[in-house]
Order: sequence, then C-alpha cells, then structure tokens
Amino acid sequence: MHNPCGVFNETYEQDLAIFRTKTQWGLLIGAIIIAFTFPLFLNSYILGVLIQIFATIIILHGLNILTGYCGQISLAQAAFAAVGGYTSALLSEWALGAALPEWFPGIFNFWITVPIAGLTAGAIGVLFGIPALRLRGFYLVMATLAAHFIIIYIIVHTIGTQAQTLPAPHLFGLLLNNSQSYYYVVLVALIALSYVAKNLVRTRFGRAWIAIRDNDLAAEVMGISLFRYKLSAFFIGCLFAGLGGALWAHYTRSITPEYYHLTYGLWYLGYIIVGGMGSALGPFFGASFLIILTQGLAEVISALSGTFYGIESYLSAAREVLFGLVVVLFMILEPRGIAHRWNLFKAYYRLFPYAH
Amino acid sequence: MMIVETVIYGLVVGAVYGVVALGFVLIYKSSSVLNLAQGSLLMLGGFICLQISQWLPGGVWFFILAVFITLVIATLIGFSVERLALRPLIGEPLISVIMMTIGLNVLLGGIGYAIWGSGNFPYPTDIIPIGSVSILGTPISYKYIFSLIIALLCVVFFILFFQFTRSGIAMRATADDQLAAQSLGISTSQIFRYAWAIGCITAAIGGIIIGFLIGLNSYNTPVLGLRVLPVVLLGGLDSIPGAIIGGLIVGVTENLAGAYLDPIVGGGMRDLFPYILIIIILMVKPYGLFGWVRIERI
Repeated sequence: MHNPCGVFNETYEQDLAIFRTKTQWGLLIGAIIIAFTFPLFLNSYILGVLIQIFATIIILHGLNILTGYCGQISLAQAAFAAVGGYTSALLSEWALGAALPEWFPGIFNFWITVPIAGLTAGAIGVLFGIPALRLRGFYLVMATLAAHFIIIYIIVHTIGTQAQTLPAPHLFGLLLNNSQSYYYVVLVALIALSYVAKNLVRTRFGRAWIAIRDNDLAAEVMGISLFRYKLSAFFIGCLFAGLGGALWAHYTRSITPEYYHLTYGLWYLGYIIVGGMGSALGPFFGASFLIILTQGLAEVISALSGTFYGIESYLSAAREVLFGLVVVLFMILEPRGIAHRWNLFKAYYRLFPYAH
Repeated sequence: MMIVETVIYGLVVGAVYGVVALGFVLIYKSSSVLNLAQGSLLMLGGFICLQISQWLPGGVWFFILAVFITLVIATLIGFSVERLALRPLIGEPLISVIMMTIGLNVLLGGIGYAIWGSGNFPYPTDIIPIGSVSILGTPISYKYIFSLIIALLCVVFFILFFQFTRSGIAMRATADDQLAAQSLGISTSQIFRYAWAIGCITAAIGGIIIGFLIGLNSYNTPVLGLRVLPVVLLGGLDSIPGAIIGGLIVGVTENLAGAYLDPIVGGGMRDLFPYILIIIILMVKPYGLFGWVRIERI
C-alpha cells in the first residue's frame, strides 16, 4: 500500500491497518455519515435502488471471494441466494404457523432467520463444492451450472412456483416495513459484511485461497489442504449469497423462483468482472455501475415512451443488450475492471505533476 | 409402444445436439475457447432463416435458398465474432474467455429478443410433407426423419471435411499443437476464423432443425443451446465423434427420463436430467468418454 510522504509504519498494527491516514479516515467517516442520512432526503424509489445495490454487493462479496480470490468460477450464485431467501421465508412462515411456545415467535424472527438462511446456503454450497476438489476451470463451471438447475428444480418441485411472502423485521417494537427504515438494516449489514470480507482475504484463509487461485497443484505441494480451503471458500461465498438473498427477499417481501433465474447468476459474474475481480472494492464498483446503468436505461425508456409508442416492450431486451455490451467491452478494453482504473486514478492523483 | 417413440424422438433431438456440439468442440479444439454463446447463435441462425424465407416467395426451392443465405450470414457472424471479441483475449485467463462468451450470449440473445419479441415462431409447414411412416408399429412423423437425416448428413460432411480436405487437416493440426502447426506454415489466426465460422454454421443448422421440430422462441431456444454443455462433457471436450455420440446419448436419456421419471417426481425431469448427468460424468469420468486425459504439471 502506498502511503503519502512522511507517513511511516512504526508498529505492525499500523502496517496492517486498512485505513491509514487522517484523510482516509475522514473520507470513510464522511461517507458513512452521508450514507446514514440518505433516507432523510431521498425518495423510496431511489432508496429501493440503493437497497438493491447493497444486497447485491453482499452477494458479490461472496462471489468475489469464491471466484476472484479462490479462482473457483461459479454460475450458481443466484441459486444460493435463492436458498437464502427461501430458507428465511419458510422459517418465518413456520414460526408464524406452528403451535410454538409463547416466547418462541418473538425470538424466531428476522434477526434469527437471516443468519440461519446464510448458514443453510453455506452448507449447501459446501455440498456442491465437493466436486470442486477434483475439478477445475471449465469442468467446475459445468458443475456449478448443474448445481444451479438442481437447486432451482428442488425449490420449484418442493415449494412450488407460487409467491412466498416474508414478514418485515421488528426492532425494539418498530416495524421496519418501508424503504426508509429497512435501508438502515441493509446498510449496517453491508458495512459489517464488507469489513468481514475485506479482512477474511488478509488472513491465513485468504492467503491460502489466493495460492489456490494462482496454482492449485503448487499450493497443495506447499502444504495447503485443498479440501479444507476450497470448501471453506465455497462455504463463505455461499454464506454471503444466502445473507444477501435473504436480506433482499425480506425487502421485496415476496419471492418466486423467477427471481433467481440463471440469468442473474451470469449477471453476478458480470458485475464482479466489470467491478474488478480479486479486489474488495470490485463488488462496490460493479454493482453500483451496472445497476445504476440499467435503472437509468429504464428511466430513459419510460421517458421516451410518450414520444415513441410501444418502446417499453423493448426494455428487457435493451437491458440485456446493454449488459452484454458492457461486459464484452470491459473484457476487451479493461479486463481488470473499474477497481484497476480507480487505482490508476489514485496513483495519477498522488504523483500528479510528475507521471512517474 | 411409447418407448420406441421416445427413443426415436430422443435420437432426433440428440442428433441436433450433436451437430451444435460439433461446432462447440471444433472451436475448443482449434482455439481452446469454450463457447457458451452457442445457444444464442443457434437462436439467431433459426430466426434469420425464418425471416429470409418469409421475404422470399414460398416453396421448397426458395426455402433451400434461404438456408444457404443463412449459412453465409452465419459465416460472417462467425468471422466478426472471432475478430472483434475473441482475438483481443488471446493469452487471457480462462475466466475472461468464459465471461466474454457469456457476455456475447446475453448480447446476441438480447438482440434476437429485441428484433423478434417473445412469441413462438413455428416454421412453415409446407416445406416438409405432413405424414408419418411406421417404424416397429409406431408412427414417426416425416419431420423427425427429415431432421435426423439432415443432422446425420452434417456429421458425415464434417467427418469427411476433417479427414480429406486441406483446411480440415490444418484445423486438426492446429488443435493438436499450435506451435508445430505454425512452424509448418499454417496460419493459426486463419484457422481460428474458420473454426468460428464452422461453429456458427453448425449452430445455424441446429437452429433451423429446431425450428422445424418445435418452433423458435427467443426465451427458450438459447436455453436449449445450453444443452450442448452436457453433450460435450459426456463425449469429451475435444472429440468430434464424442460430440455426436454424446448428443445421441443425452437426447435419448433426457427423453426417457422425461417419459419414465416425470410421473414419479412430478414433472420437469426432461430439462433437469442432462444436468444430473453432468454431475455424474464429472464425478466418474471428468474427461468424458473420448476426451484426452491431460496430466497436470506445475
């Protein structure tokens, strides 16, 4: 990490800190304060988009760990988000419907079901990660593709295609059932989980994952247990997917299997490609850039619908074309994503009058 | 006699899978690019042929003309995809290439959806005579037999092409060892271009056959194109006979699963079974029936 002139590392704690200088701390605290004041002046539509971006970032942190750091390409992230959403939905429904002791439903609520949803998704991720021990590259992509179809098939054929409703969370007697209040839940979850994701890749686990990504045979020869670390990457990746999926499901309050179509699994990969794989900032950039772009496209099309009759019917096609185009152009022009551009920009700014 | 009908229908569908998988294997063999955009190319080929045949006057001969124009357009699409999208990625890691073809799949699928919308598009019914022949006491419609014949003709054509023509042999040489092929004066970039053209042509032929069999749909047809993935895994990623045999096996087993497992589990097995097959293949024989087993070295 580059430090400004005159900033020296005197202890290991300083050397390991994520935020070093007063400017960085100031920007961080300022950004968090601004994020916390958004519900005061933004309308529910924009807050809804922000909640979507935040929940997507949580899902992407998982995919970033699994694909970006550990090198295990997964197309099944949408299916694991579905596992999270459906687990939370079924647990909430069961807690409401079952004849439980009086104290029980009060405890068995959103704050319990969402973590359980994450753990369930993680456990199922480990199950489907077992083939990854023998497979790599394209073969693993196929295994995760199969995992997606099998998970969605099981959901459709055991729970059905009808919409599942989810309750809104309570906190200290407040019902968090609108965008303004639910925004805080997702924001706090995002900050906490981003902290976890950023730090996980700096631990023993993260270093092992990166070694496996770079060359799994060499990693194994050096004594890294592939069994342990590949499966732990699957567990963490799918845990984040489950948490993000459950948080998003409790916002929409109604989910169907259509919400977790294979397309979304592909889009999640596209998000981290565009944002920058193997970078903690990648999910932030990718999700913000592409979701704002597609929402902007929807706005433009609805603004044009008065002038050009019937243009709304092209919305989903235009969204797909735009997404495909963005991914293809990024692959050609900037394969390392926006995060790489951001680092180049920072270096340029730091060195400003002199380019080197 | 449900089983005879199921097996024959499975063979027909499997032959189509085999033809499309042939294009996939070819691209992989010569340039080690895994083309996940095969589904959208399939849909585009089918739609372009339908559109051109509607512009031309009706009749069998004009339809054949439309097919040839489609194949020319597919060749051009193949050339431009290779030049614009895949050439810049030479030397990039696997995920870049996979993501590029996924992006292309979404892009081409979106273009198809924007142009033709979400309806069902059956092919004209006056090209192939309506009627059926009786095989083992089961009536089999002419269009199945016709599709099977077209698919088998393609297979024979491509096998002969790879065995006896200069370009075919050059392609096999490139697939075998790019460096050695280059040193013998084969232009590998030209070979990549041809491989993509052939990949697009086989996808277009597959799309046309699917148009005759079940009609086209901008939502479902690309998903059908994903079915080549179990096929190539079963046959081995780099084996041309494997693609055909894998296609027939997947086609027959998915239809048998649809016919006999659906009543037990409650439907949908026909679409799921190829993916269960993927898991089984990957667990038991990851390199497929005829694929090369590569020894990993650090």
